[in-house]
Order: sequence, then structure tokens, then C-alpha cells
Amino acid sequence: MQPNSTNCPGLRIDGLRLTYAAQVIFTDLHVQIPGGRFTALLGPSGVGKTTLLRLAAGLDQPEAGAISADDGRALAGRVAYMGQQDLLLPWLSVLANVTLGARLRGEPADNRRALSLLADVGLADRVDDLPGTLSGGMRQRAALARTLYEDRPVVLMDEPFSALDALTRARVQDLAANLLRGRTVLLVTHDPAEACRLAHLLLVLSGSPARLEAPISVPGTPPRPVDDDDMLHAQGRLMRTLVDSAA
Amino acid sequence: MNVVRPAVTCLGLIGLWWIIQLGLHVPPYLLPAPPRVAVALWTQRDVLAASTWTTLQETALGLVFGAVAGGAAALLMSLSPLLRRWLLPVLLLSQAVPVFALAPLLVLWFGFGIASKVVMAILVIFFPVMSAGFDGLRQVPPEWLDLAHTMDARPWRVLLHVRLPAALPSFGTGLRVAAVLAPIGAVIGEWVGASSGLGYLMLNANARVRTDEMFAALLVLSVLTISVWWLVDWGVRRLLYWAPA
Repeated sequence: MQPNSTNCPGLRIDGLRLTYAAQVIFTDLHVQIPGGRFTALLGPSGVGKTTLLRLAAGLDQPEAGAISADDGRALAGRVAYMGQQDLLLPWLSVLANVTLGARLRGEPADNRRALSLLADVGLADRVDDLPGTLSGGMRQRAALARTLYEDRPVVLMDEPFSALDALTRARVQDLAANLLRGRTVLLVTHDPAEACRLAHLLLVLSGSPARLEAPISVPGTPPRPVDDDDMLHAQGRLMRTLVDSAA
Repeated sequence: MNVVRPAVTCLGLIGLWWIIQLGLHVPPYLLPAPPRVAVALWTQRDVLAASTWTTLQETALGLVFGAVAGGAAALLMSLSPLLRRWLLPVLLLSQAVPVFALAPLLVLWFGFGIASKVVMAILVIFFPVMSAGFDGLRQVPPEWLDLAHTMDARPWRVLLHVRLPAALPSFGTGLRVAAVLAPIGAVIGEWVGASSGLGYLMLNANARVRTDEMFAALLVLSVLTISVWWLVDWGVRRLLYWAPA
């Protein structure tokens, strides 16, 4: 069921240019995101992280340049998106929310697969409940199941765990890392610890127009324990990069 | 349901009415005492029942057609910006003409029967229903639409599964407003020209200085309006089972 890294393409961002409200966000930005791995994207607020994610998801169009898959095939239709808010529709049950994509495309919903995904995220006993009755952590896990149901090789995540308390966040991070293993994941986050627990590669955007700092790769397999030496070491380097880039 | 509070309020208002009538020595042809109205309610019960039935039909038909027309107009305007630009000024213009002024024309065009009152009720409720529905469709969270976009959704399926349900709470608010406005439309229509209905009954009683009968008709009209509102509110809440109360 889980894809291997060979059929999950990397992302290539070439010569990207975008201006927003007379401010140049990107000009001639080049980024390479490896296929089948977790990449975390960090940087100060307003640097354009979310914008980059929206461009990759096809929600906005750049003025110049392109974001493409490195296997030569089109990226459209191969991307799933998970935002900061869970975006569960309040009138649909948890199960119907997970299969929303099928309903919106006019395909029959695969309830068996959805139920097994909901079991994976620990919501097997809440499938018929409305989102309004779930806790924040449960809602974000339901959103994760919905993202997994889409079964796309590329998954874009915009601070999906930032609204959760520390303990719930650690649990949902573990789930996400295990269930998304092998896919190309681009995770926007403000949390250096989260980035270092989950990612193989850390990218830092800074400045205006935004440019990319030297990438940091983190050894070991995510999700790393919170007290893992490699993780703590990477977190130190990452903090230094963030502080230096802001100076 | 708590019935104590509304009952206390009603009894309180009736008591106040009685005190004013007794204390200020208001003649009964200006303000009849509650017992006189109660007697009128009983002796005129057949006429009141028949009139209520007429007004109820006008109100219900006006509500159904007005809600459908208002909802359809909201949908069309949200689907087509071109249509919105052309339609909105026309709709605003239609609201600029007072409904009272239109009533004689409507009776002339649609006759003394029920049709002119139904049209009247439709005209009164169309705008609130349409603007509430249109606001609801416009205020769908863009994040939901973005999510649908990344799922390669088809536009009309987004409308059916995301936009329409998301607009329901706002549309429901419009319907609740319509529920209390529709009887007003029907009664205005009856004042201008009718042979039946609570408005007609009030006009008739007024001409004969039967103030007690006027009050009886007014009371029945209030009960009718509250009942229609309660029914619509109940239906809207059933439809919005998922929305916080």
C-alpha cells in the first residue's frame, strides 16, 4: 500500500518569480526537493513558505518559472494538500470527510479503504461522528486520513500540527511520519523540533526576495525520538541557520 | 420546550392591557377589555377559522415560492458575475418601490382571489431570502474551495457538496426572517382588495367599529405568524443538524 521512493517524484522549482502587492516575493528561485522523502521548509513569517506550497499545489500561478515533477510527468493530479486548519466539513461524518475527494470527483467512495485508514489513525470508533464532536488532535488525525485516502505521491503540508498541544502534536507527528513514509512530503513548519524529528532534509528560506540557505540533511529515520542525538544536533544547526539568516 | 416563560409573558401583556383599559377608562370602541375580545374570539370562531385558513394558504404559498425564487436568484448571481451585475440593480429597484404602493396594481393584475396575496408575500420575502442566500454562497471559506481544487473536484460537485451546504446557515436566517414577513405581505394584499382572510376581516370590523373583532383577528394573526416562524425555525434547525445551536 505504501509507495516506494522510486515512484514518488521529486519537485523541481525553476526560475520562480512572484510579486504580491508590489513586493517581490520570489525572483529566479531554484529549489530541488528529493522524491520519496520528507523535506521541511522553514523561515520567518511572510517569507513566502505558504505561497510556495500554494504554487506547488496549483492553487496560484507564478509570473515566471515553474514547479514540476522531476520524472517528467505532469504534477497536476498527483498532489495532496493538508493545511493548518483541518478543513473537515462540519455536516459530513468523519468517514464521509475522508472520502470527500471521491465524492467531489464523482467516483464511488472506497469505504473499506477509508475505514482502514481511519483505523490506522486511531479513529475506528468515531467514523460516524460529526467533526464538531472531535478534539483538535482527533480532527487533525481525520484530516491526515483524508490526505492519505487521496493516495497521492506528493503531499504538501502547511503547519498541519501547529494548533495542537505538545503531547498530541508529538503523537500526530509520529503517525504522519509512519503513514506518509516513502512519499514526497514538503512540510512547512515554524517548529525547528518538528522539522528535525520528521524531515530528511531541512530547507530555510530567508530574505526578500526569498533565497534558499544551504540545505541541512538530518541522518537517521524519521520519526526520530525527541532526545535523539542526530536530531538535537540538527536542531542546533537549524537554529543557527535561522538566526544567521535573519541577521 | 419551556412554555412557562412565554406563558408568563403573554399573561403579563394581557394584564397590562387590562390595567390600562381599566385605569385610564378607555372606551371599549378604542380599546376593548380582554374579556370582550375573548367573547369575540368565541362568537366569531367560524369566520375567524375560515379567514385564518385563507391567510395561512397565502402565507404558506408565498413562503414556498418566495424561498425558491430567492434561493434560485442567489444561486444564479453567485454562479455568474455577469448576471449579478445586470440583475442586482433591477432587484434593488424592485425594492425601492414600496410594496404598499404595488398592492392595488397586483390586485388589478392578479384579481381579488388568493393569487394577488401570494404574489405580495413573495415580493415581501424575496429580497431578504435572496440576499441571505447570496451572502452565504459568497462567504464559503476559500480554504474549503482550495481543498476541493487540490482534489481535482468538478465545479458542479463542489457546488453540491461544499458551497450549497456551507451557505445553508445563512439561507436559514433568511428563511426565518421570511417566515415573519410573509403574513404581512398577505395581510397588506387583503387590505387592498379581498373577500376573505384575516386582513379583510380586520378591515370589515374596523368599518363597523367592532374593535373587539379587530383585536380578535389581530390575536389570531399573531398566533399564526408565531406558528409559521416556529415551524420554519424547527425545519431549519433539523436541516442544520451539524451547526452549533
